[in-house]
Amino acid sequence: MSQQLSTDVLVVGAGGAGMYAALEAARRGASVILADRSLIGRGGATVMAQMTVAVALDDEGLDHWEHHYADTLKAGRGLCDPALAQLLCEEGPARIREMDAWGVGWARENGRIKRAQAPGHDRARCVYVDFLNTGPAVSKTLRARLNATPEIRRVGDLHVTSLAVRSGQCVGAVALHVPTGNTLNIRAKATIMATGGLTRLYQRNSASLNMAGDGYALALVAGAELLDMEFVQFFPIGHLAPRLIGMDPIMWDPFRYKLGGRLLNGAREEFLHKYGGSDEGKYVATRDLATYAIVKEAAAGRGSPHGGAWLSFEHCSEAELRAAGGPVIDRLAANGIDLTKQAIEVAPIAHYHMGGVKADTDMATRVPGLFAAGEAVGGANGANRLSGNAITEALVFGARAGQSAALFSQQTKRQAPIDSPPPFPSRTSDFNAAERVEWLQAAMQQDVGPFRTEAGLKRALDQIRTLRHELVEFRPPAGRPFDTAMLDWLDLDTMTRIGEVVARAALARTESRGAHQREDFPAMDDKWLRNQVISA
Amino acid sequence: MKKAVLLVRRGAPGEPRREERHEVPFEAGQSVLDGLRWLRAHRDPTLAFRYSCTNANTCKECMVRLDGKTVYACTARLQEREMRVEPLPNKALVRDLVTEIAPPDERL
Repeated sequence: MSQQLSTDVLVVGAGGAGMYAALEAARRGASVILADRSLIGRGGATVMAQMTVAVALDDEGLDHWEHHYADTLKAGRGLCDPALAQLLCEEGPARIREMDAWGVGWARENGRIKRAQAPGHDRARCVYVDFLNTGPAVSKTLRARLNATPEIRRVGDLHVTSLAVRSGQCVGAVALHVPTGNTLNIRAKATIMATGGLTRLYQRNSASLNMAGDGYALALVAGAELLDMEFVQFFPIGHLAPRLIGMDPIMWDPFRYKLGGRLLNGAREEFLHKYGGSDEGKYVATRDLATYAIVKEAAAGRGSPHGGAWLSFEHCSEAELRAAGGPVIDRLAANGIDLTKQAIEVAPIAHYHMGGVKADTDMATRVPGLFAAGEAVGGANGANRLSGNAITEALVFGARAGQSAALFSQQTKRQAPIDSPPPFPSRTSDFNAAERVEWLQAAMQQDVGPFRTEAGLKRALDQIRTLRHELVEFRPPAGRPFDTAMLDWLDLDTMTRIGEVVARAALARTESRGAHQREDFPAMDDKWLRNQVISA
Repeated sequence: MKKAVLLVRRGAPGEPRREERHEVPFEAGQSVLDGLRWLRAHRDPTLAFRYSCTNANTCKECMVRLDGKTVYACTARLQEREMRVEPLPNKALVRDLVTEIAPPDERL
């Protein structure tokens, strides 16, 4: 028999949202298991975030959450869930102040929390931790709180493979314990999906290994609905060339906040104005517009040598660069890069997913006992996310999910043990799931990426469905320690399932809006001022 | 085509330890992790090593022994020569290059 664990609240995913959810559930008296397929607080997106957290701190009357809310709705191109967006903006300040009290170390100026102006915001609203250290500082702070909370049991290297559903209610999960290869059943009165997004579906991404859409697939199979799945945000100026190691590809964002920088085409000319934006050394163009401009300029033969755009800080002095980048300047030097003498190449990369599990403002899905938090939740950001909203969303939705799950668990009886799913027939073959993942990422980038057409989306759907047929034929045998063939197979299972959902939603939406751009339907269409919902 | 050679320690506890020699394509600026990922995708899907953030050096999971020194595979540069990759010597071996690195109170 498989090993059994039991808890009030199970949190799947230990990034910012999952850690906050665990803390909040424990604060309300629940026992908690916090599980992650990687190490606790080390995998996921939060730890990789480098710069800003959008929050309307109204201490001096300079801002109000309603202004942040208005900017969020505007960026979302009419598709934000107003209640979720309001929750994010209204409760953001309390979470950011709580993090401050916990010692995260927001950058300060004359004792006041410093705020940067980010694209799409009507004023300086984005707090951060220097230098390029926002995500690591947030993760470290939350990890320290977890360590001091005995009601929370932390378990890393646990890969959740399915949710347990009994009479329509989620009663826990079944997981693969990676170091041994054994199956583990966890019964829980309430379960929170805090598994982040799906950007690893794309060849060019800023994702870690665990952003394969796990929570979407688990929730979908368990009976929950998915919302706005066609809206994948591409970050316009991801690092392209020369090859850099030890640096996240989003790294140029903070440099642009602080120094502006110039975005130039292959002929070293400014070009954003040709697409309705402006550059002029200021970082103001929204992400969807900048992505469009860079890809279009490169497609017209006016890109940088590797097919992106040039980003130049050559007009900045060494002192200015040092003030903006601190020790990052030394890491660049170790990679042979001197920004006063050379421009670097940038291009759009998959960065965030606006869509996700459909949840209400209690973070409850339509499956009783199943909640979601953070990027895994769809709807707050509509068709395009405003810079800085992701960490705010992680903390606010995490806290709310923790509260709701704790309350739900208090009203729920202890669950009976979970039966393990029947073993799958396995076959050995030369099927290499790691190689197929790369193939799928290339197909998604090509046809389900920043620009889409009916023909391309249909081609992608055919390819994904063919791959799913192959995949189910060759499930590897279970039960080995750190079995990479099995782990890659599980990821490919998730990625094909969710890749198909994204492509289907993108094919159905015959218009262009925010992050969803159709070459064959280039205009926004009022008929599509609505959200698409998908269920299994 | 330029090549790097990775000498990779394989095996699980209780199995005889062995070293495999693999050639991987070399491009200037690549990391040792790039080479290992290429091997898993193109030569042997069972080659076990761990990583999460891939390129950002934030997850700290990809620590291995490279030519006798402890490094992060994501920041150690691949070179056009033989490089010996082994699991950390002071941690319990799980399989191949994977050792038990989770803090003790975060294990099952």
